[in-house]
Amino acid sequence: MSQVIEDKVIDEKLEWSRINADVIASMQAPRKAYWITVFVCLTMFLCAIAAEIYQYKMGLGAAGLNNPHMWDMYIATFVFWIGMSHAGTLLSAILHIIHAQWRKPIYRFAEAMTTFSLMTAGFFPMIHLGRVWNLYWVLPYVSDRGIWPNFRSPLVWDAFAISTYLSSSALFLFIGMIPDMAILRDHTTGWRKKLYGILCLGWRGDDRQWRNFRRTYMLLACFLIPLAISVHSIVSSDFAMSIMPGWHVTTFPPYFVAGALYSGCAAIMTLFVCLRYFFRMEEYMTLNIMEKTTKLTFAIAMVWTYLNLIEFSATWYGHNIYDKEVLIAKATGPYAGVFWTMIFCGMVVPFTLCFQKLRRHMPTMFVISILLNLGMYVERWMIVAPTLAQAHSPHQWDVLWGSVIQWAIVFGSFGWFGLLFLVFVKLFPCVSMYEVKELCFHLKHEIHEEELAKKHAATKAAGKAEEGSGGRAPGTPGLEGA
Amino acid sequence: MSFKNILENFSYYRRDAEDGGHHEYDHRFGMTIDLDICTGCNSCSTACYAENNLAVVGKERFEKGQAMHWMRVERYWDNIEGDYAEEGAKFLPMLCQNCGAATCEPVCPVAATYHTPDGLNAQVYNRCIGSRYCSNNCPFRVRYFNFWSYYEDSWPEPLNMQLNPDLSVRDKGVMEKCTFCIQRIRTAKDKAQREERVMADGDVVTACAQACPTGAIVFGDTMDPDSRVSKLWEKHQVHRGPFLQKKDKTNEEIRGYRIFDELNVDPSILYLERVRDTEV
Repeated sequence: MSQVIEDKVIDEKLEWSRINADVIASMQAPRKAYWITVFVCLTMFLCAIAAEIYQYKMGLGAAGLNNPHMWDMYIATFVFWIGMSHAGTLLSAILHIIHAQWRKPIYRFAEAMTTFSLMTAGFFPMIHLGRVWNLYWVLPYVSDRGIWPNFRSPLVWDAFAISTYLSSSALFLFIGMIPDMAILRDHTTGWRKKLYGILCLGWRGDDRQWRNFRRTYMLLACFLIPLAISVHSIVSSDFAMSIMPGWHVTTFPPYFVAGALYSGCAAIMTLFVCLRYFFRMEEYMTLNIMEKTTKLTFAIAMVWTYLNLIEFSATWYGHNIYDKEVLIAKATGPYAGVFWTMIFCGMVVPFTLCFQKLRRHMPTMFVISILLNLGMYVERWMIVAPTLAQAHSPHQWDVLWGSVIQWAIVFGSFGWFGLLFLVFVKLFPCVSMYEVKELCFHLKHEIHEEELAKKHAATKAAGKAEEGSGGRAPGTPGLEGA
Repeated sequence: MSFKNILENFSYYRRDAEDGGHHEYDHRFGMTIDLDICTGCNSCSTACYAENNLAVVGKERFEKGQAMHWMRVERYWDNIEGDYAEEGAKFLPMLCQNCGAATCEPVCPVAATYHTPDGLNAQVYNRCIGSRYCSNNCPFRVRYFNFWSYYEDSWPEPLNMQLNPDLSVRDKGVMEKCTFCIQRIRTAKDKAQREERVMADGDVVTACAQACPTGAIVFGDTMDPDSRVSKLWEKHQVHRGPFLQKKDKTNEEIRGYRIFDELNVDPSILYLERVRDTEV
């Protein structure tokens, strides 16, 4: 049986009732590792809460920031989480539009990852503000004094971009879940039934509803793709709009988007391995899908590597003395260890994805995906810190490694993300039931058609060129609905 | 209300966006610091602490880089390996350059820092939310952030009596920087208005200029052609404006330059080069 699963995206002979049963079971009895992870995440999150309370009371000096290092890991972490959110959109929207079928069993948790990493990212601009209580001033609310935010500032664009992206990706996640909610409503009891009954918005699965659903879903997908690209471009302009050496880089928007997709794909791989293990999803999250995800990751990794090298060479040949000094300091200065970690994890480690044996070995993939994401985190930090450490004014050169408070909050953000995600997968199906059914249905027909075509070809060869008619071409569309 | 304002004055705001350095000025305060006669005595810095209610942060925080010295005297040595004492340091009093095309202004999300008609970069403490982008975008690194509630232990009784009532004491989470002693400018303006005359050169003296024992710091209105400061700017062939300037390099009398002029930020402070005869 395992052989069959390995070769196909999914075993098309899965019965629909079994898909329902398996996914619903996943929401009820996970492995012990699930609860351990929840506990670890909760502890991390509580540490961060304590750290934030202290920092709120004392001021940002508690984070160990100083004059050249006005920003540090908070901003790096912010960019990291925003980046992470992009892969969900890639999987659910971009691959949806280009009809990549294999995305179907895994896009749901990727989409959830998008929403939750955005919810994590959104905290960081707040945490890092000196006066958090005045946060709403960056929004153009109706002020009785007629005061507006400064629309020239990339931080204001950030506020718009992130809130738009968060709300639309949450909406996208929710809309994609509606048919599944209805299935859950029919198969559960007690409070769950009540909850899903409300959330499925009266879904009956009739023809009109499906048509409207598809249209809405496609519309949102089309809306989300340019939005995702623009969000990270805007985040990159937090740096690119400044005049600091190492920040004022024209290639930053595409570089950031590539980096975002890269770290997001790596995160999908991590979560893939975790969920597959926690919820015994071996039949749905198949090795074939993992392989496709890793191939995608590898491609994006190469794009990122290319853009990174472009940035280095542009700086090197640009002969802007400040930029060049910062680049040299990155590679040889006090942050050199971190820089080479980034190069190793981001540019060298992805080459392990070329080997099929490794791609199909889950523990290895777990470690590799963590390494890739470590590289990507460090990359964000390598954008923020070295520039501030060695900017224009030599009097203000300084090397800084964040304080305990800062580390606690950064670690805690992983806890918060983990908590949100784990609660989500327990409450909602992490595998899209209706789309898996759709996938099985399509596969069945594809196989059927292939067989037909084969038969046809055989008869053609045998029966000395009868008049060519019959057999539909393989892969004909027209099989819609689940 | 505000929409109407935007619609009615659209061309005005548009012009501001198209021409980055464009402002309509009443005055344009500037400074000249003669490094040749600066002795690095730090009295400018001390005077600034007294005048502007700057928090004394203590040794530990100072070493962490959390000091609040709006006016700092930077020290540089030509030769690091050589004998420090023998050679002597070069001093560079560094303060907010109040740039004409200031990089800190466009990046503030709440417009807490803006350009006044006096040619100053004003910092509105009450509006600041502490995103610290302005400081990150400042090539001179002369913006100081209140990382802690410094006021709690900066002025223990009875030192709180020395605080200048003309300006506020800042709490944590707010960015601050040299304002060219804006409280003194305001006072002088009010006084001139009461006496029904235009402000004359010498009406405003910043605390640092006042305290400088060698008179290395000259402060004044660069738009007033008769002021001492604009005469110095003219003499050293430096003009206001964001673009790199051509100077007569053969003339040794001319030693004016602006720091990071190549970044096109149009600093308001003219530094006069230090001249040393090494054989002496």
